[in-house]
Amino acid sequence: MIYLDNSATTRPYDQVAEKVVYYMTEAYGNPSSLHHMGLLGERAVKKARQQISSALGVTDQKVIFTSGGTEADNLAIIGCALANRRSGNHIITTKVEHPAVLEACRHLEREGFDVEYLPVGREGIIDIADLSEAVNDRTILISVMHVNNEVGAVQPVERIGKIKRNAILHLDCVQSFGKLPLAAGWADLITVSSHKIHGPKGAGCLCADRTIKILPQILGGGQERAMRSGTENVPSIAGFGLSAQMIAENMSEHGKKAAQLKEFLRQGIVGSIPDVLVNTPANSSPFILNISFLGTRGEVLLHHLEQNGIYVSTGAACSSNKKEKSHVLAAMGRTDKEIDGALRFSFSEFNTMDEMEIVLDNLVKAVSRFRKLGSFR
Amino acid sequence: MNERNIFIVRSGEAALKGHNKPYFEKMLAERIRKLLRKFDGVEVRRMGGLIFIRTDKQIAKADVLKELSKVFGIASISPAVEAPCEMKAIADEAIAYMNNLILEQGIRTFKVEAKRADKNFPIQSPEIAKTIGGEILKGCKVLSVDVHHPDVNLFIDVRSDITYIYQQKISGHGGLPLGTNGKGLILLSGGIDSPVAAWMMAKRGMSIEALHFHSYPYTSERAQEKVEELASILAIYCSRFKMHTINLLPVQEQLAMNCPEEEMTILLRRFMMRIGEAVAQNQNCSMLITGESLGQVASQTAESIVVTDAAVTMPVMRPLIAMDKVDIMAIAKEIGTYEISIQPYEDCCTVFLPKHPITKPRINKILDSEAVLDVEGLVASAVDSATTKDIYPA
Repeated sequence: MIYLDNSATTRPYDQVAEKVVYYMTEAYGNPSSLHHMGLLGERAVKKARQQISSALGVTDQKVIFTSGGTEADNLAIIGCALANRRSGNHIITTKVEHPAVLEACRHLEREGFDVEYLPVGREGIIDIADLSEAVNDRTILISVMHVNNEVGAVQPVERIGKIKRNAILHLDCVQSFGKLPLAAGWADLITVSSHKIHGPKGAGCLCADRTIKILPQILGGGQERAMRSGTENVPSIAGFGLSAQMIAENMSEHGKKAAQLKEFLRQGIVGSIPDVLVNTPANSSPFILNISFLGTRGEVLLHHLEQNGIYVSTGAACSSNKKEKSHVLAAMGRTDKEIDGALRFSFSEFNTMDEMEIVLDNLVKAVSRFRKLGSFR
Repeated sequence: MNERNIFIVRSGEAALKGHNKPYFEKMLAERIRKLLRKFDGVEVRRMGGLIFIRTDKQIAKADVLKELSKVFGIASISPAVEAPCEMKAIADEAIAYMNNLILEQGIRTFKVEAKRADKNFPIQSPEIAKTIGGEILKGCKVLSVDVHHPDVNLFIDVRSDITYIYQQKISGHGGLPLGTNGKGLILLSGGIDSPVAAWMMAKRGMSIEALHFHSYPYTSERAQEKVEELASILAIYCSRFKMHTINLLPVQEQLAMNCPEEEMTILLRRFMMRIGEAVAQNQNCSMLITGESLGQVASQTAESIVVTDAAVTMPVMRPLIAMDKVDIMAIAKEIGTYEISIQPYEDCCTVFLPKHPITKPRINKILDSEAVLDVEGLVASAVDSATTKDIYPA
């Protein structure tokens, strides 16, 4: 089995899985309970908070645990906009964000906010001049993803911080945390997800300074300094903490390895398969490679590769069940045919060069087989 | 007397079947017994053209009715209570029955109709109705009689050993009991139409088996799961059945490489029919069933159906042929397949869809196109590649 869908989700580290089992079978107390079992749960959450904040390079006061990246994005955008309404109603984001951001923004539009969606060039990257022009005194929030989940394009996030004026800057770092260097000073709010870094599903966090006004979206028992009520998901949070610590330890080494795999596969594909279009730009995450195989349908190639135990994606996992074209590739000016033939390969530290050779070999065969029949679609 | 719930089941057309009437009733009773087997202490008995079901009071009536709603061949069902054939006892039960309805439904008016199946009972029907009505008025002070628009129309059915008291008639699906009309093979896609076609034939008493074609890797595993889910809804009505699955891609590849693009769909339909016929023969199915509806798509024009039909000698049942899409959709919603059918997965008919499919194919032209293919070989290897799975009720 060759797993190249690591932008969708990753295989949890064995130590993480063990930790999750421990907090499900033995130390399953509610952190709010006063007895010893409760204390064990509370300690686990506290430890995870330290592990994540240290990986992010911030004080542990900032971490608000959520059910995952989507909830953290929603809390950042909707919570921030509603709490800062008196300062203005202008919000800036981009056309290539994850649906967790785009749908939250559309919700705010219906609530009367003015949202501006910045375009991207063929590389999938915004023009910083566009942003500079868009920011005004009424801008309360700027939300931009660090690494794009479909093509891996890296946005110039460190430069946004310098031109944001009074706006709060939210960065969706789901695809970059633990994979690319990330300076916490760049942003006021950061979204991170556990299952993209070899942690369990069901946990994520919003990293937010206490001085930022946010209206909580889930009310109840006042957990997470009342920013996110609900009994803490202790097993997932404990596993999340450990995976954040583990992935941060060898980040640069893993990044280099991924870059080699990606370059090998990219060169191999471009060199041995005609009529392909590399959608991933030069300035991109080493963990993501998106390529269009013209005259084929990505979904068919995907199922063909799957027969040989190779797992890839046609785009984002969240949207591939729907019959919609990738909004990211469309924003990058790709034609319908180019979008139809797109495949995403996303790597992790567990992948090897041998695997890339097998994948390349399979791809060459699959593309030529299906191009023979391609005239029908 | 009151520790059991009673359901009176009236069979539909089975009652019209002359000498075969006992057979149909027996099949109906058996199907009912089978579905109610999940409850303890259920008694199903045939008597005087009706089926009487007695269940433990502990079992909710709604649960029993839900099971009965899966049975073909039922015209209507009446939940009832029973009493000894004696006026005082009948009146007491009727009063208790009405008091219960006053509490549960807040009824205020009623009327009584009586029937005396046992002519030895000393009191005549109109007299029974009048007397029991009078007792109810005395026993339930809030009620009054309304012969035109009563809240409750109470029936008193006096039989030789027992008297039944009931009010509403709940309609069944009608049709004929399952298994009384042979076995057919439905060509089941993931769409809206074919599950409805299978359901309609099953409603006429036909047992079914299913054949599903896919084009993996052009179609996904999820599309196959969707079809299994649809099949398991059908199994609620049709009981457990076999589903055969065949990958059509080898056939499609041959067609794509050797035949005119615009004939792709009609040629493929002919292969589906041939493969279906072979599978049906192996499985002792005497007919094919399809969800075709005249003129719905290019492959379902009159000309296309003639050409498709000519591929096989076995009769092909097309129960939806003259139905509008909205009516088909309404049945799909009623039987619970609609929501599953509209999930958007590719099926094998859409993957190689030509841009301009022919709508008026001519058989000679089609035969010419097929002449270059090893038709028998393709059909045989498709049939050999079938995988079979038992489908259980959802």
